[in-house]
Amino acid sequence: MSTLNDTLVSTSPVSTGSTTEPVTDAAVSTRLSSLDALESEAIHIIREVVAEFEKPALLFSGGKDSVVMLHLATKAFWPGKVPFPVLHVDTGHNFPEVIDFRDRTVERLGLKLVVGSVQEFIDRGELAERADGTRNPLQTVPLLDAIQQNKFDAVFGGGRRDEDKARAKERILSLRDEFGQWDPRNQRPELWNLYNGRHTVGQHVRAFPISNWTELDIWRYIERENIELPGLYYAHDREVFARDGMWRAVGEVSQPLPHEEVIVKTVRYRTVGDMSCTGAVESDAATVSDVVIEVAASTITERGATRADDRISEAAMEDRKKDGYF
Amino acid sequence: MSTISTGSITEAALPTTLFRFATAGSVDDGKSTLVGRLLHDSKAILADTLDAVARTSSDRGFGGEKGGIDLALLTDGLRAEREQGITIDVAYRYFATDQRSFILADCPGHVQYTKNTVTGASTADAVVVLIDARKGVLEQTRRHLSVLQLLRVAHVIVAVNKIDLVDFSESVFREIQADVQQVARELGIGSAELGSADHIDDLLVIPVSALDGDNVVDRSERTPWYDGPALLEVLETLPAADEIDTQLESFRFPVQLVIRPQGALAPDAVAGGLDVEAFRDYRAYAGQITEGSVKVGDSVSVLTPGQAPRTTTVTGIDFAGESLQEAFAPQSVAIRLAEEFDVARGDTIAAAGTFPEATADLYAALCWLSPKPLREGAKVLVKHGTRTVQALVRSVSGKLDLATFKLEGASSLELNDIGHAQLRLSAPLPLENYLHHRRTGAFLVIDPLDGNTLAAGLVKDHPGDHEDERYSI
Repeated sequence: MSTLNDTLVSTSPVSTGSTTEPVTDAAVSTRLSSLDALESEAIHIIREVVAEFEKPALLFSGGKDSVVMLHLATKAFWPGKVPFPVLHVDTGHNFPEVIDFRDRTVERLGLKLVVGSVQEFIDRGELAERADGTRNPLQTVPLLDAIQQNKFDAVFGGGRRDEDKARAKERILSLRDEFGQWDPRNQRPELWNLYNGRHTVGQHVRAFPISNWTELDIWRYIERENIELPGLYYAHDREVFARDGMWRAVGEVSQPLPHEEVIVKTVRYRTVGDMSCTGAVESDAATVSDVVIEVAASTITERGATRADDRISEAAMEDRKKDGYF
Repeated sequence: MSTISTGSITEAALPTTLFRFATAGSVDDGKSTLVGRLLHDSKAILADTLDAVARTSSDRGFGGEKGGIDLALLTDGLRAEREQGITIDVAYRYFATDQRSFILADCPGHVQYTKNTVTGASTADAVVVLIDARKGVLEQTRRHLSVLQLLRVAHVIVAVNKIDLVDFSESVFREIQADVQQVARELGIGSAELGSADHIDDLLVIPVSALDGDNVVDRSERTPWYDGPALLEVLETLPAADEIDTQLESFRFPVQLVIRPQGALAPDAVAGGLDVEAFRDYRAYAGQITEGSVKVGDSVSVLTPGQAPRTTTVTGIDFAGESLQEAFAPQSVAIRLAEEFDVARGDTIAAAGTFPEATADLYAALCWLSPKPLREGAKVLVKHGTRTVQALVRSVSGKLDLATFKLEGASSLELNDIGHAQLRLSAPLPLENYLHHRRTGAFLVIDPLDGNTLAAGLVKDHPGDHEDERYSI
């Protein structure tokens, strides 16, 4: 891991003056690199939420954004433990290697894991399977249930504003009402670095500390910090079939139709979600450095490339957020 | 089929620094189009997004015989915005050049949404104000410039847009340039006599066509009478606000929380060889440096409101297992002190001897952002740094008349008003003049009933202070 000092764009000269004087030396020239500035902003937000809320939790799917969030949390509270549990909404259609990664991570950091299960809601008849088999939109109900059951008043998410047009307009601290709904026309102005997380009983706040990161920032940070990710983010051979212009993995919940030909391709995933709606991209990027180069050169957004659920309508994300989605 | 080619692309040079800027303008002055143009011409728009926008543009018959795409669609994110063709809320956009990573806050021009301009400008290193070349300086332009001056945005750039619609006329441009510079002089923007590093030190006026791209990313041949830089050139070279502040301000560190794990050390750190015994009594104060810099061995004061400042020495600066010798704004770190003081969230650590006495009397300029008006006698909350206290609004002493830039008598403030008020705090706070301290001089006014943010507050010196008079907005 590189040290903070290594990554400074320039370092300040050693001061010879009295340490009680105000710093007015115009020769002091210090800039953080953009990654360091984003990291510092995220850690500040994470600490603010922990200081001001009774019971925060972190949404953790094993996806790269949530892994980066958890890494930032470990840095924010070092040498102490991360002082909140992680929450996973399990669609029941997750990639097995991601669930395995989730469990190992939680174990390594000594965290408590809370799981909201879509399958259990379906089994109880409280949620109905969709005609297209996609379970991502079904996560909202178990998520809100877990928030209420556990009395979480702040929920960290790895949402980034570069992902989607609706997310581009969401505040870093985003107030949700009793139904988990987001009201985009009634957002609090977010001024300076003063975050207003006041809420009434029943309301909660979604906190997005990496709002200002781009997909490329995430990958550069993973590379710089040497952060472990589930293996399916890197190129591997997999049995796939073509559907909706994406490569779908063959799996228990993702079966090809008779006319869909199964072939073996070298692929990787840019996002890790529900197996039933997440597509792979053809790629030879087998290491994090390869992925950084690939993302820098990419001409298609990660959601556009790999998420069937965001293609449902132009306002797909906005509609789901209003209903309490991540 | 989504296939990613790694082809001949070699690893691009890392963008070195972060630069935040905002756009402000009136309705229909082409702001979203300008933002779309910046993103498009700097290659920040990926192919699928562009395809979607091109489809929608074509469906709506955009561009008539010229064809082309409606770049404004790149930023209008919410359904109501697309339906009404206006921007409702601040949208954040990201793009990078070889020099910099940019965070762009696209602020709506609708009168009732001026709060979003304040929001965008409060974190911006620079703000680009748009003027429609056919309309010239409007009241909304004056309002935006007033807000930018009040918030001490480091750099203001004026883009005279739609220059193509006035046939690239130099005389039209020069007239608008003269008008806007006159407004800036009245406001004190660009006035050399202010001489402080955090004032608005330049007012560059650029003729642009967001629709066609003139002077946005590259200099245009259609404005031969303009010999200045294109907009993006300016944004790539201006110093960021933190750069300026770090050079000039004294060390300020609001304590967010105390890191004191006692037995509960991080298992991964222990597994990585952390000395459990050595860290048994670990105690450090976590926060983000808001101004200036600090070194191990520096003498600092701990300011706890209601107590005399306590002076001690910095014995360590920690960041996630790294020991730093020095740290500066805006780094998030944890600081260890020589003395075992009782230090808690809400306290501030500052360079010794540089901090004003805490006071319960707050004089401030307020940007009123709520439809609920401010009345004298109201009880509110004030959030300053990492501390929130109750406050009583003692008096409203005036509001800014945008036509004259003078304070006029007022006893209440309505949405979008900028005024002066005096508040009495339930506990003293270490307040500093916003003119010199953009972080520790800023606060929020919050409604205690529903928790909503009512106003952006800027600490002023006591009325009658000579310096304060000059900044009488």
